[in-house]
Formats: sequence, C-alpha cells, structure tokens
Amino acid sequence: MSNALDQIFVTLKHAIVAWFPASWQGLVSALITVAAIIAVFAGLFALTTILERKGLGRIQNRLGPNRVGPFGLLQPVADGLKAMTKEDIVPRAADHIVHFLAPLALVVPVFLALAVVPIGRNMAAIDIDAGLLFFFAVGAATELSVFMAGWSSRNKYSLLGAMRAIAQMISYEVPLILSAVTVVMMVGSLSPVKIVAAQAPDGWMPGWHLFTPWGFAGFLLFLTAATAESNRSPFDLPEGESEIIAGYYIEYSGFKFALFFLGEYIGLFAVSGLAITLFLGGWHAPFAFLEWVPSYAWFFGKLLGLIALFIWIRGTLPRLRMDQLMNFAWKFMLPMSLVNLVTAGVWHFMGAGVARWLVCGVLVAGPYFVLGRSLFEGQKLSKRTYRYAD
Amino acid sequence: MTASFAIIGLLTIAGATAAMSLRNLVHCALALTVAFAGLAALYLQLDAQFVGFAQILVYVGAVAILIVFAVLLTRSSETPGASRLTRAGIWGVAIAVVVFGLLTAMISSSPAVRHPAPPIPAATVRDIGNQLMTKYILPLEIIGLLLTAALIGAVIIAMPEKEAE
Amino acid sequence: MLGEGIIKGMAETARNFVGSYVTKDRLTTVQYPEERLPQHQAARNFPFLVFDGKDPELGLRCVACQICEKECPPQCIYIVKSKDKKPDHIGKPQFYPAVFDIDTSVCMSCQICVEVCPFEAIKMDTEYELSTTDRFDQLLMRKADLAKSNEYYQQIHPTEASEVDARLNAEKAKAEAKAKAEAEAKAKAAALKAAAPQAAPLAGKT
Repeated sequence: MSNALDQIFVTLKHAIVAWFPASWQGLVSALITVAAIIAVFAGLFALTTILERKGLGRIQNRLGPNRVGPFGLLQPVADGLKAMTKEDIVPRAADHIVHFLAPLALVVPVFLALAVVPIGRNMAAIDIDAGLLFFFAVGAATELSVFMAGWSSRNKYSLLGAMRAIAQMISYEVPLILSAVTVVMMVGSLSPVKIVAAQAPDGWMPGWHLFTPWGFAGFLLFLTAATAESNRSPFDLPEGESEIIAGYYIEYSGFKFALFFLGEYIGLFAVSGLAITLFLGGWHAPFAFLEWVPSYAWFFGKLLGLIALFIWIRGTLPRLRMDQLMNFAWKFMLPMSLVNLVTAGVWHFMGAGVARWLVCGVLVAGPYFVLGRSLFEGQKLSKRTYRYAD
Repeated sequence: MTASFAIIGLLTIAGATAAMSLRNLVHCALALTVAFAGLAALYLQLDAQFVGFAQILVYVGAVAILIVFAVLLTRSSETPGASRLTRAGIWGVAIAVVVFGLLTAMISSSPAVRHPAPPIPAATVRDIGNQLMTKYILPLEIIGLLLTAALIGAVIIAMPEKEAE
Repeated sequence: MLGEGIIKGMAETARNFVGSYVTKDRLTTVQYPEERLPQHQAARNFPFLVFDGKDPELGLRCVACQICEKECPPQCIYIVKSKDKKPDHIGKPQFYPAVFDIDTSVCMSCQICVEVCPFEAIKMDTEYELSTTDRFDQLLMRKADLAKSNEYYQQIHPTEASEVDARLNAEKAKAEAKAKAEAEAKAKAAALKAAAPQAAPLAGKT
C-alpha cells in the first residue's frame, strides 16, 4: 500500500504514456516529466516568495503581506500579474539582443539542473552516470547570464555589480565542488541516484552522510557555498538594495526582472535539492521504520526545511562586504574543504568503530578552530565605549 | 550524418564564424561561447559524457568568463572595425577555402573512412578515473604542478606590493 | 569560536519568530484602517473651536477678537465679526464670529492660535484623517465643521481640558461672587437710601 502511494506519480506517468502509439511514447514521456518539473517547482517558487516575506516579517516583529488572500497566500498571484503587466523598459544605449537573452540564459540552465535531482524513488528525470558533473556544468553556465545582464545594460553600477557577482560565484564554486567531491569519493559514483541509494537507513542507524563528521562539515560548507552561489543573504552584495541598488539587474523591469527572480529561486531549489541528495539522504527516511512515508514527501519536507533555514539565515545575518566574502572563501572554506577531503579518506580507511569517529572529529574540528581564529585576527573587535555629553 | 549532427555542426560553425566576424568584442566572446556549447553537444552526441560535461564546466563556465573579463579589463574604445572586404580579407577567405578543400580531400581518401567504424569503447567516468590513476598518473601530476605554478603566479601578480624601505 | 555569533543571532531571530505568534510585544504592527494607534495626549494636528453645553452656536467660546487671525503665521484663519452680541459663559454679552474659516492646506499646526487665544476658545484637535477628494472647497473648514463640544475636548486632552475648565469655573465663580457682592452692596445701598431720606431732612434741618 505504501509502495503504491510512493510510486503513484510514476504509475500515473506510465499510464498516460501507454495511451500513445509506440513511436510517440518517448517524446510524450519526456514532455510529461518536463511539464511536471516546471509546474511543481514554479509552484514551489510562488510558495517560497510568500513564505519568505511572511517569515522575514515575523522575524522582524511585523506581519508579512496579509491583504491579498487568506493570510496573504495569493500574494504571488498579485506579484505575477504586476510583473506581467509592467512596461518593459530597455535603456536606449543598451545592447538589445544580449539584454534580451540574459534572463533566458539564467532560467534555462537552472531548470536543466533540476533534471538530475532525484525527487523520489525512481523519480529522477534523467539518470545519467555523470549526473553530478552535469549539474555543476550547468550551474557554471549561469555565471555567463550574470555577466550578460550586467554588461548589456551599459550602466557602470550594473557592470560593477556583475563583476562582483561573477567573482563571488567563481570563488565559491571551488568549495562547493570540493564538498561534493568528498561525497563522490565516499560513494564511488557521480550519479545522484546511486548517491541516494548509498544513504539507505540501516535499522536504527541513519545512513545519511550528515551523521558523519566529514558529512557534517561537508554539509555546512556546501550550504554556505550554495548560499553564496545563489547570491542570497548574507552574500547578496551584488544585488544588495542599499549598496548598489539592484546590482546587475538594475535596468530590468517587468517580466524580465521576474524571470531573474525566478531563476535565482529555482537555482536555490536546485542546489538545495543537490544538498539533500548528497548529504541529507535524498528521499530516504532517517530511520528504517519511517520508510512508509512516501519518498517525495520526505524530499519536499527536507527541501522546505532547507528553505526555512535559508530564510532564517537571511533574517539574521547582515551583509558581508566584498573583501570579507573573498577572504572567507579563499582563506577559510577552501582549506576546510581540502581538510574535509582528507578526513573522508581517513574515515574510509579506518574500519568501523568509535576510533574513527574520534579521529575524524578531531581532524575536522581542529582546523576549524585554527582557521576560524585566523579569520578574526587583524580585526579590532574591542567593546565599544560611549562618551555621553553631560 | 544524422539530422542532429547537422544541426549541432551548423550551430558550432555559425558561432565560430560570428566570433570572427562580429564587430563588438563582447558579442564575439559570447558567440565563441555558443561555439563551445556546440562542441560540448558534439561530444555528448558521441556518448562521451565526461568530456562533454567537462567541456561545459571548463569552457563555458570558466574560459568564457575569463575571455570576457579580459575583454572588459583591457577595454579598447568601442569603435567598430573597418569593413571586412579588404584585400587581405579576400585572400584570407581564399586560403581558408583551399585548406578546407585539401583537408576534405585527404580525409575522404584516407583508410579511416573506408573501413567500418570499430565499436566504441565504453568510457564511463570510473574507467577514466582508473586510467588517470594508473596509466596516466604522470601527466596528471604534471598538470597539477602546472596549475599550482599558475595559481602561485597569479597570487604573486595580484598581491599588493611591499612598501619600498 | 567562528560561528558562535551566528548561532546566537539565529537563536534570537527564532525567539522573535516564535514570540510573534505568542506574545503581543513581539508583533508591533498596527493594521491601519482596521486598527488605529491611540493618540498621545499632547498630540496635535489641526485647530477646532470649543463650545460649552449642547448648542454649538450659543455655547461657542470664541468672541471674534481676531487675535488668532492676526497671529497666525501663514494667515490661514478668516474671521468675520457678527453685528449682534450673545452672552458668554460668565453672562457678559460678547460678539461672536459669523464666519470662521481655516484652510487645512495652509495650516501648519504650529499652535500659535491656541497659545494667544485669551478665551480658551480654539484648541488643537488630534484628528488626522482629513483627506478629501477636492483640493479647494473641501479643504476649507468652516465654523460648523470646526465647532466641537467641550466633552470632546476633555476626551482628547484630559489634563489640559480639566485645567481649562477649572480656570473657567474659577472665573465664573469669581464673577458670580463679584456679582453677588455687588448685588448685596446695591441692595444695602438701596436699603440705606431707603432709610436715609428719613434721616437726611432731619440732618438738613438742624
């Protein structure tokens, strides 16, 4: 019974595809998968915008939007209508072709990246051997769109924002990929489907990579790098409103701006989906006795949890300055990722037991403290004293 | 010569031609990116997954960005180039046509075309990894050394100069 | 330790988030058209005329002395004195304003008219929802719009109103006492005069 519920979407798809003649079936199957992914994740995007605004509002002692539907839930509809009906202003000196293509160059790769993320049991849209490589390759293509957006607007601030954004994205790609490589090393495959399969629960032991020292450190590194890759607070200097207005999408209005927004959020979902696949066990339950809950329910539950975490962090932390950002990436995260890689190797070669937990724990925590202390030096962080006029 | 090969080939050639002939330098860089993507599609069509995705990751994701940064940071003024129809241009096209004809003639009369293609060996990532770690370990280490030297060189160039005593 | 500040910050935000559902002081939004913040006692927005009792015409404290019209910096008050008089709270007949107009778009809420009025007739109202759809006619407040009762004044500025009332009542009491003393003195003088004609001829004869 639970198996039927688990595979309900797969059986539905097979039933629909069986209606068509054999020569059409491949195309129809692909179309159904693509339509499903776009529908689900665009719906999740709408939900996330309203959750973010209400969540941030509650964190900041205020209500979020609550006028448009019950509890403001139809706010994304209002936002969508606004974006669609706004005038599409393109500066006269702007490069029209590149200006037009930049949002497309963002949205298409991020939707492509969603294709390899396994959403449930047997529910990865594409199951290729080099799936993870595909994901990172496609993610690298989004940087080009940032550059196109910044340059085509013929605006100094836009270009400056684009340069900073690209520098940030390139710097944080290295820890991102290195953390992922740790997992690949331990599992022995680049395919996300196999990586999820390797995290199956084992009775009372959760098989998630999160519950190992290298997995925990890797998860934190991956999450930080993912926040920086999607230009999200606290790494949103390129698009910070008070710093550089909107950075590289200053000159975009109406639907193109909405497409950029969409692309950013879908990128966030894609990279969260990958984090779930690599470290949080994909669509597996933590314990074997919880496996009766459908796999996609677990996946979306974890995805919503990660989204809540991102919103929480956004509401808490102030923006990092550019030099603080770059320092953090190159002087802390890169060495930590390399140390993590070594730790994973040590974990693999020491047999199972308490010894490897202790050794790997020390191997991860030691450099963390040392590198963390080195980040603080050179800062004058004494307690501020105030002198009041009498 | 399937339809997909024709389309991807045309895309690559169009991208490369645009990269040579467009006036705006950044447009040329973007057209080159299209050519890279076309190449990646060709690799994928030949079932070389690792090379195809690595092509996108490295070329489109890093080399193209490098090229545009270089164009931007050494930006010459935006003057469009002179007309392409100079004498040197015409001679160049003529030589290119002759070379293309020569290459086509050589390839079509070579034994490689006459014999049927051998079965494609499966080259999964695991096989590539195995080969890299056993047979091609020396080139791998040398490339690593080269990259480290480049990285150190970049850091030294970008480091702020020490104040003269 | 790196990250300690972040964890503490996240705990604080979580406390805010959960607290906003549970306690009132972690959710300080006032949803404007449905709820309104209560105004402070010292708030002021636009002047109004005070009247005592029930009738806005008869109880109006303003005697059209035109001091506020002269003192108003942007000159937004327009007063036309009446031709006849009516009694004020003491009973003395005073002029009253036949026309008393204040232009909302000109008034700058400086409260000078309140400070100079000797009769406690014009005070500051706290009503701020004065938007209209017409830029000229509806932004001019006439005497009928401006006259509000003393009970209203006590409601919006309790301390001030009680002070003013105390002062006015004291004046009234003093005036009444004075009137009574005068009446008594007059009655005594009348009584003396009534008794005097009998004594005077005797005084004049000798």
